[in-house]
Amino acid sequence: MLEAKPLHEGLFTWPDAPPSLIGSRCLDCGEHAFPSQSSCRACSGQNMADVDLGNEGRLWTWTIQSFMPKTPYHTDETPETFRPYGVGYIELACGLKVESRLRENKADQLEIGMPMRLEIITVRKDDEGAELLTFQFCAAEEQD
Amino acid sequence: MDVAIVGLGMHPFGRTPSMTGLEQGAAAARAALADAGVDFKKMEFAYGGSQDGGNADSLVNLLGLTGLQFTNVANGCATGGSSLHAAYSAIKSGQYDIGLVVGFDKHDRGAFNAKPADWGLDDWYGETGLMLTTQYFGMKIQRYMHDHGISRETLIRVAEKAFRNGSLTPTAWRKTALSWEEIENAPMVSEPLNKFMFCSPAEGGCALIVCRADMAHQLHPRPIYLKTAVVRSRNYGSFEVFSPSQPPEVANSPTVTASQAAFELAGVGPEDIDVAQLQDTEVGAEIMHMAENGFCEHGDQEKWLAEGATEITGRLPVNTDGGCLANGEPVGASGLRQVHEICVQLRGEGGARQVAGDPQVGYTHVYGAPGISGVNILAR
Ligand SMILES: [Zn+2]
Repeated sequence: MLEAKPLHEGLFTWPDAPPSLIGSRCLDCGEHAFPSQSSCRACSGQNMADVDLGNEGRLWTWTIQSFMPKTPYHTDETPETFRPYGVGYIELACGLKVESRLRENKADQLEIGMPMRLEIITVRKDDEGAELLTFQFCAAEEQD
Repeated sequence: MDVAIVGLGMHPFGRTPSMTGLEQGAAAARAALADAGVDFKKMEFAYGGSQDGGNADSLVNLLGLTGLQFTNVANGCATGGSSLHAAYSAIKSGQYDIGLVVGFDKHDRGAFNAKPADWGLDDWYGETGLMLTTQYFGMKIQRYMHDHGISRETLIRVAEKAFRNGSLTPTAWRKTALSWEEIENAPMVSEPLNKFMFCSPAEGGCALIVCRADMAHQLHPRPIYLKTAVVRSRNYGSFEVFSPSQPPEVANSPTVTASQAAFELAGVGPEDIDVAQLQDTEVGAEIMHMAENGFCEHGDQEKWLAEGATEITGRLPVNTDGGCLANGEPVGASGLRQVHEICVQLRGEGGARQVAGDPQVGYTHVYGAPGISGVNILAR
């Protein structure tokens, strides 16, 4: 069994349990960013440090992706196996709102303000068969 | 020197399989030249843009190699607005007397598929399914409905109006009015927006002839004066498309900053506008843009739509030609279509969709990725 690995390095801690999002904080003005940036969108400064953004927050807004996207979407799904997914912004403790896929994919499962938590999911397998991972959020009550 | 628009030209939006994008742009340019009664040889400059239809300056192969200054403009959905702004500045400065502004496009069917690298993003963003403008539009109006008490009925009313106005517009793509039930029951695309609440990529061309105000009457009996043309980009905190994260505080969108600057420069206020074109990439956009452009308070759209205030017969007719929803969005041409329609209305040439009461002042607003907005104020 090949070891699973992040699709893109530096977005979340791995293989920590529980995983956390990694962002950056401007040492000049204090503003956060995700993914981490080398310069600040707020003050144009370049004094940035990586920070742990945590793994919980509240749903700020949401929608549902109801059809399979064209490229650059790249999973192992086919139009037949595609399952709609939620997309939302999660407001973190630091105030930053992070865009994320959501496990929930029906309108009656999603409500602005609901508590959400981070989880890691498989996007697809690479050429060697290793699972490539990304993050998503899901309703915090739904502990599994 | 003030700036006048003396020629209007359009190649109908929709699908023209027999013509390339460039040919549609050339057709629009010829129509505008004919409307102004001038020859292409008289054009001292041209600004043109197209996202997928080819290089605008290749139009000279069709219109004539006259040696004029021809500048290609690429500014996403605000390409037309930016072209017109450049032409406005060229004449306002006294550098030129007369020129052409042209936009055209020919897109593939279905949603635009953007490439992450073009937007400064890494591949994971697109590969995991976040690179869709439709998601952004759904999420922005979802939050707005929550914050300002906008109902689903209001979304349906905007779509209903768009297709009704499209049915009165000979150059529109969607010329069939749709019933409330047809709109309400259409397949969902991106909650809360369904199929009939989004505009589609399309084809088409649009062109304007602009000149010094003091020569306008020699060219057209009813020149329309471009009072101001403003383009703005986003400030930190504005909620925009393709953003993996958003700062805590939500800042004013570029629509607000462009609109405020335009009103100030033109010396008029929202209450002076008789007819408006507001970017309606989807119904939520038109609703939000009513308030962002200063025409009503946030949340008042619920009442405005219920009263029919933005109908052709209402106190502020919005998107009298059916807007992007009924015309589709050939990106390079779309912003110029808005200006074209306002000029038609101010000339009194709107036919079945003409706003009554002799409108004097009009307004156009375009908005596009990744957070850019253009506003024009026009008057007779
Ligand atoms: Zn900073």
